[in-house]
Amino acid sequence: MLQRDINFSVSSGEILSIHGPNGAGKTSLLRAIAGLLEVPDGCIAFRLHPHDIIANPEERIGMVGWLGHQDGIKGELSLRENLQFHCRYNRCFGSVQDALASLGLADLQDLPAQYLSHGQRRRLAFARLLVNARSLWLLDEPLSGIDSRGKACVRQHIQRHCEMGGIAVVAVHEPLGLKSASLELQ
Amino acid sequence: MSSLALIGRDIRLASRGGGNTFLAVAFFATIVTLVPLGIEPVAGLLHAVAGGIVMLCSALAALLSLDNLFQADFEDGSLELLVTGPLSLESLAASKIAAHWFTTALPLLAISPLAAIAMDLPGAGLVGVVLAVALATPAVSAVGAIGASLTLSAKRGGLILPLIVLPLLAPVIIFGAGVVRSKLEGAENGAVLYLSAFSLAAVLLSPFAVAAGLRTNLSA
Repeated sequence: MLQRDINFSVSSGEILSIHGPNGAGKTSLLRAIAGLLEVPDGCIAFRLHPHDIIANPEERIGMVGWLGHQDGIKGELSLRENLQFHCRYNRCFGSVQDALASLGLADLQDLPAQYLSHGQRRRLAFARLLVNARSLWLLDEPLSGIDSRGKACVRQHIQRHCEMGGIAVVAVHEPLGLKSASLELQ
Repeated sequence: MSSLALIGRDIRLASRGGGNTFLAVAFFATIVTLVPLGIEPVAGLLHAVAGGIVMLCSALAALLSLDNLFQADFEDGSLELLVTGPLSLESLAASKIAAHWFTTALPLLAISPLAAIAMDLPGAGLVGVVLAVALATPAVSAVGAIGASLTLSAKRGGLILPLIVLPLLAPVIIFGAGVVRSKLEGAENGAVLYLSAFSLAAVLLSPFAVAAGLRTNLSA
């Protein structure tokens, strides 16, 4: 369910955190921005250059860095294989080693992902964003289940991403802990 | 490149998880060896029914793993991620169909000579069985994927899947049995051409139908 009359814009370098009670539509809003969910009346558009505006959902969907509600991790594959597949599939060449190391997963890289705890799975899912250079990150509860050191690490990555000109739209329950614009869903 | 990565991942998952591929092969092998035991040992009877039985068994065996084709990716969130990648939904569908063929149909093809032996077919019949399974399985994977995409968000969609898919596979059964018969009798009846045509059409057209099914289920 999405509420009516939502209007916002986020520019390069900004973080938008979406708050609201359970069922307010935070995930749906993220899915709508990504182009996964059709918005019957309303318009969501990405402006790349002043005259290059992308509103078609099927085009938008290929431009976002997506960290969904679910982790999308294959338990049969090792951590490294999970990330390597993501790189090959998306034709991106970020360093898998660096991504794993920066989230504290380097020692586990050859372990089948099914043995990971919830927080570790979340970190691995986040690591996918680091190997694939997409400028708009859509994050659904990126901090859930992650311990305090991991949270600091994820915050740092979001911060750095935005300092380098990226955008992060984050659905959160608790305060994100970063300087961000905030959108409150009822 | 992205397609190959996806097919490679699915093959790797199948080889690690193992369950579905092994299940399909074991199912196929069991049924085709049990059927002759239940048929009256009259000369020629087994030859007459062999083609139809082998085709039906291979279709049913392939269906066993179809219900997982998109379901596993859908449930763990991988499908959403795959969609944000560079492949269109149509190419994604085509890759998954190819992956299903490699992980399920190819092993079935490899043991299909066993079916011919179980049915006491002569050499020509064995060639017919292998040829029929080789030509039919692409259509089974392709048409089956349509069913899998439609039942994606249905709980226990695997139960309704055969009801959707099997009627659509009637031409495969008919022409596949025809291929076996033509090889056995040594008479050309055109079944090879019809079966090839159906498979080709199924493989070319079904990605569009699968993509539509995925689109509907993803945006739900």
